[in-house]
Amino acid sequence: MKMEAFNNRNVTEGDYYLVDIEDYPTDGWGKFKRVVKRSFRGELFVGLWVVLREMIRFDIHTIQYPQEKMPIGPRYRAIHEMKRLWESDTERCIGCGLCEKICISDCIRMDTRIDEESRKEVSEYTINLGRCIFCGYCAEVCPELAITHGGNYENASDQREHFVDYEYMLTPLDTMKANAQKEFEGFGAITPHEDERVKKTPLSY
Amino acid sequence: MSKIVINIDGREVETQEGEYLLNAARANDIFIPAICYLTRCSPTLACRICLVEADGKQVYACNAKAKDGMNITTTTENIEKERRAIMEVYDVNHPLQCGVCDQSGECELQNYTLEMGVDSQHYTVKDVDRSSHDWGHLHYDPGLCIVCERCVTACKDMIGDNSLKTIARGADALDAEFKETMPKDAYAMWNKLNKSVIGLTNGTDVLDCTSCGECAAVCPVGALVDTQFMYKSNAWELRQVPATCGHCSAGCQISYDVKHTSIENPEDKIYRVMNEWNYVSLCGAGRYGYDYQNAGVTKDEVAFNAAVEAFKKADTIKFTSTITNEEAYLLQAMKEKFGFKLVNNEAKAFQTFLNDYSEVSGTKLYGSDLEKVHNSNFVVSIGSALKTDNPNARYALNNSMTVNKGAGLYFHPVKDPIIEGLGKSIMTVQHAPLQEEAALYLVLDLFADKEKLPSDIAEYLASFHSEKTITVTETIKEKVIEIVKEMKVNEETGEEEEVEVEKSKMVPKKVEKEVVVDDNKLLEILGADAKFMEALEKNLKKKDKFQLMVGADLYTHPNSKNLARLVAIVEKYTAFELTMIPPLTNSLGVALICELDDEATGYTLGYNTKADFTLSALGDGDLDMPAINQQEGTLTSINKRVNPTNAAIGYGGYELNDIANALGFDAEHVINYTVSLPTAAGFKAEEFDNLPNHYENDGTEVRGYVLENVAVKASDDESVEKFSDAKLEGSIIYLANPVRQFTDFTNKTTNLDEESGIYMSEEFLSNSDINAGDSVKVKTQNGELTAKVVSDNKIQGDIVVIPTFDSKLNSEALVENYRFATASIEKV
Repeated sequence: MKMEAFNNRNVTEGDYYLVDIEDYPTDGWGKFKRVVKRSFRGELFVGLWVVLREMIRFDIHTIQYPQEKMPIGPRYRAIHEMKRLWESDTERCIGCGLCEKICISDCIRMDTRIDEESRKEVSEYTINLGRCIFCGYCAEVCPELAITHGGNYENASDQREHFVDYEYMLTPLDTMKANAQKEFEGFGAITPHEDERVKKTPLSY
Repeated sequence: MSKIVINIDGREVETQEGEYLLNAARANDIFIPAICYLTRCSPTLACRICLVEADGKQVYACNAKAKDGMNITTTTENIEKERRAIMEVYDVNHPLQCGVCDQSGECELQNYTLEMGVDSQHYTVKDVDRSSHDWGHLHYDPGLCIVCERCVTACKDMIGDNSLKTIARGADALDAEFKETMPKDAYAMWNKLNKSVIGLTNGTDVLDCTSCGECAAVCPVGALVDTQFMYKSNAWELRQVPATCGHCSAGCQISYDVKHTSIENPEDKIYRVMNEWNYVSLCGAGRYGYDYQNAGVTKDEVAFNAAVEAFKKADTIKFTSTITNEEAYLLQAMKEKFGFKLVNNEAKAFQTFLNDYSEVSGTKLYGSDLEKVHNSNFVVSIGSALKTDNPNARYALNNSMTVNKGAGLYFHPVKDPIIEGLGKSIMTVQHAPLQEEAALYLVLDLFADKEKLPSDIAEYLASFHSEKTITVTETIKEKVIEIVKEMKVNEETGEEEEVEVEKSKMVPKKVEKEVVVDDNKLLEILGADAKFMEALEKNLKKKDKFQLMVGADLYTHPNSKNLARLVAIVEKYTAFELTMIPPLTNSLGVALICELDDEATGYTLGYNTKADFTLSALGDGDLDMPAINQQEGTLTSINKRVNPTNAAIGYGGYELNDIANALGFDAEHVINYTVSLPTAAGFKAEEFDNLPNHYENDGTEVRGYVLENVAVKASDDESVEKFSDAKLEGSIIYLANPVRQFTDFTNKTTNLDEESGIYMSEEFLSNSDINAGDSVKVKTQNGELTAKVVSDNKIQGDIVVIPTFDSKLNSEALVENYRFATASIEKV
């Protein structure tokens, strides 16, 4: 076993490094030059010209958000959802921890324990949406089609926890009762003709 | 054994004559798949996947021995077919619950299934009910079990509990068609697999063993799991911290598996302890007793200043041996600087014993170690309650008996069913306490070359021998001739007539005979049974590697000086090599580093022991200290090895080094002192960061360094005293811990839940009016204590065992020094 990791005793030092940034101007003249340089670049007028052009054409494509919303594709990756089993309405998540492992921004964490029926149970589950980059790996890796992406891309709320609470992510029970849970069709979903491609295991029953 | 060269897949490989092919290949980084084989144990031949071709013949690499010039091919077309079929068979009816299985990817079934490229299944059999069992500290799921029998092998060949066995599965017979169509070995393996699952030998559904958990560690799949770890964490989330176990002197290599406590609590927590089970076996304390850290400590400046003041006015520092070498060095340096007295009774006794031993032997340390005990075939243990003083010494004894067809001789006053259960070839002698010298004399008498032995010892030994005439009843076969009448046809007349024929036959007959035999009084003194010599003679056949282990009963014995000299003489004049079992974790290190004093005087500071001002890693003192799992440092083990250990868990408070720095020392970390450990005592000037901590593929231990056994001046005086007849009689107590407990640190852990109290054997309880749970008062010359009675089925006989792991009991106050004492025991 490599011991290097244990020999570095400087606990304040992480994997951080300083980025090369141009020095800030300190004197008045320098500051003035920076203001001029930033303000009078040609880009400003390019933008203004586009606005002016579209205004006089009267052929506007702008959607009146939030009154109007574009339909989004079934594979769109917005805020995560936790699906329930069709048969029993219980949660699909088995606590395997693959989403936690694959998450490249390291924003998923779960606590598991053994429940009364000697099964593995997820006691707590969080996604830190502040870090999530919505890459979809968690949905792709999930063997139970439990964690998926939903269509809700409106990430504004007075409480950040609203999006990361396990209870909130689970499909509401009345949606289940109404048979209205939607399956995710993005990466990780079952592809068509899956049955034909599976080799059958012989069985003695 | 001689070195030979064999050829594996075109590579010339050097190995030992008679080494198993699998081990030879592994030592040279050549891969041969194998599931059921455990290094250091005997081959099981359950999985058959290690098939190789040796000189054109298919053999199993795990039990085929290397011969000079052997040509080995690790894969052929046929072997590949066999291996694939074997893995397919293992996958038959294996539940697809890898997602929640606790093996979480560390699974050999998964690995080999992929390795053999199994992508489809050809075999099938109807499954039977294989629901899971809760065996107490272990959880067994037969559904996941591939019956490789590694758990059974480890328990039998290494641990010696013999708690597991294979039991009938009750499945349907395999389809006859498979016998024709399947590869041969795969079918044979499946046929056996389909008939068995793992069960307990005690017939119940709850384990009653020494709870080491080694079976769960060796399990290649998730069938056997520690109940406390079930569904707690995936293996890949855990960070391995290589360390050395801090509970006893064995100094086992362990890795603490660490992860954040929970979503809310980012503090590190130890989830489990893992080991390199091919090369080191843990006991229950090592495996489950990991959470003894001094948690939640912050820098308490007031207490720290008080501690510095206390150090300034202290006369004596009292401490226990559950500290690192570096801390011992610091204490010694403080003694030199400030003139403290250093008091540590258990290490002092060991140090004195070592010094007395050196006077005769001429070496600072004993000559052998547990590694050699593993490889020996005749082991004698004197003066140690092996199973609890040092579980690894017990494993070594058992391993030498099972794998090397060895035998053992165990001298101890307390009757121990675990030791007796190790096998048929262990002989136990329950001598009276204080008679350890007689046991050593007996070893001398039986094994020493009398010609070379100093004449006075030889004469003394001879004085125990006398000739006596005994009457033996022998059964001999005697030839008896008798005359039998037979009917015969007369050839001449053709008539039948009676003829007398002489016939001889052998008839067994009992004869009484008078024989002159040697009468060894020592045997009688020690209370060995009548058949002792006969049994010993049988056990000594074909034995060539002798090992002697001695323990703490000798160090604390009133005649310890004489015992130390005797031990040295045994080592010198017999074929025995010697290992001493240090009483506590780092007693050997402390004994080598510190100059210890006898008595505490004046204002006393205690480190992990109560005194006027107490520094404690247990969290109950005046200033908190880090526990061994929160510290870096080195520990000196029974194998004379200086093993490094790392901090598994963070610690926010002050440590001994901070106090030393406040007192004028200057070191950033306590491990800065590793390099200055005394070379005169055998330590090396090695930086802590350069100390490795791992095992090589061939089992070589690459951990820290081995102490140099420094030569010391020996006196020519080899005289030893005769032993006295003094022995303890009546009701006797013995200071020893129950299985899985060593110190207050093991007592503090959550998983080791042994009850503190007065341990009595079931036999003793049934013969007295005391019941388990009663409160009894134990009174000796030195003191008395009152505690609850605990019934212990791991001891037998009349000696009452009082543990030392619970300092609240203050059991040390009961005895003078020697671990045994006579006592009155009465119900209150």
